[in-house]
Amino acid sequence: MENQVILNAKQVELTISRLCHQLIENHGDFSESILIGLQPRGINVVTRLKARLEEILGKEVKCGNLDITFYRDDFRRREKPIIPSTTNIDFSIENKKIVLVDDVLFTGRTIRSGMEALLAFGRPQQVELLTMIDRRFKRHLPIQADYVGKTVDTMVSERVSVEWKETEGKDRVLLFNQEDNG
Amino acid sequence: MDNLSVEHLIGIRDLTKADIELIFKTADQFKDVINRPIKKVPSLRDVTIANLFFENSTRTRLSFELAEKRLSADVVNFSASSSSVSKGETLVDTVNNILSMKVDMVVMRHPNPGAAKFLSDRIDAKVVNAGDGTHEHPTQALLDAFTIREKLGTVEGKKVVIVGDILHSRVALSNILCLQKLGAEVMVCGPTTLIPNHIDKLGVKVSHNLRHALEWCDVANMLRIQLERQDIKYFPSLREYSMLFGLNKEILDSLSKEIVVMHPGPINRGVEITSDVADSKQAVILQQVENGVAIRMAVIYLLAGKIERQ
Repeated sequence: MENQVILNAKQVELTISRLCHQLIENHGDFSESILIGLQPRGINVVTRLKARLEEILGKEVKCGNLDITFYRDDFRRREKPIIPSTTNIDFSIENKKIVLVDDVLFTGRTIRSGMEALLAFGRPQQVELLTMIDRRFKRHLPIQADYVGKTVDTMVSERVSVEWKETEGKDRVLLFNQEDNG
Repeated sequence: MDNLSVEHLIGIRDLTKADIELIFKTADQFKDVINRPIKKVPSLRDVTIANLFFENSTRTRLSFELAEKRLSADVVNFSASSSSVSKGETLVDTVNNILSMKVDMVVMRHPNPGAAKFLSDRIDAKVVNAGDGTHEHPTQALLDAFTIREKLGTVEGKKVVIVGDILHSRVALSNILCLQKLGAEVMVCGPTTLIPNHIDKLGVKVSHNLRHALEWCDVANMLRIQLERQDIKYFPSLREYSMLFGLNKEILDSLSKEIVVMHPGPINRGVEITSDVADSKQAVILQQVENGVAIRMAVIYLLAGKIERQ
């Protein structure tokens, strides 16, 4: 199986740090801002960002997770219904600045569903998007990220996987050829 | 396991343990949804559901309708009293007429046992049984078990007694099957005339003494006396029934442990359960109603995932 490492552990750490500093530029001490990870893979990114941000700011940063299963536009177009994960937003998002977080931005459909799901919780002042990997030129919808870890040019047949020490044993970002991967 | 093993929900008998657990897992998420400021998700916006009620119902019908609307489905309602059924149309004709208006799913309550199965064999839409005569009422059993799981953490190993009119109760049969599949022990309790012969073949214990049954159980599910289904007298008087099988505060407080009290509604206050018990903190009757919407959303969502697209 041929795969290409886009980011190694060191680069992942640097990228997270850079994203945190960019976030602080726009959000100050995060007193009015909340990070919301999209289930399932955005959660890992939020965990890292939160840890690094709290290290830099020396105070707690509010985070949540959002499950978008019921808001997807491909229900009944798939073989099987998707089983939802938990949503954990036990605070008001009214008038807050929200940063939606996901690992890979590809077609933009997940983000569209995410925005719809988010608005069911109230009316935030502003919503931004952060993604670890931006697979550019592959969008199905007019959606762009405000904070990007790394931009990559890929083919549709390829797959990008962001792996974490906590779940896969190693921090890295890989590019697979899907045919090889079965 | 991420799909139901059935195409329709006719009865608990057809479901596997994994199916029931999948429904519960999905219902957990829907329970979260219905407690949000905006209690609605867009999943089923291209699905149309017909609610066919050939028999009276308030709670189940409202609960199904709410569940469908919170999934953004289009809903049409139909009740037998105001329809052509009274003009002599057969069940299949009535339903086929409704289906030609492009309905994807039918939720049906009918006074005849087996009506839901009959329908599912003949029409090209998903069927959800909302009660067929004295046969089954699967969503009620699912929401009862879901409530027990929520209250006690698990259903497995718990002891549940079902008290009252077991003979005429579809809730009793569905509950027995559902609880047993989830690993609970079940006892039925009531006057001998209202306990069906050979019910022990289902693997349930039988008792005719309420106090004895309550001392044994963790959960008591008090059923309503279904006077509308009783063509003869099964017991001398309601007053006598209530004295022997009614749950009141004195019995409840005299038990050696605190039990959970359930009732599928509608309550006949002062017959199977007294007002102070129905309103006590041991009663989870209103939680059952809330969970009913979440369970029905889960069932409809999972079945709708199986509708073939043209």
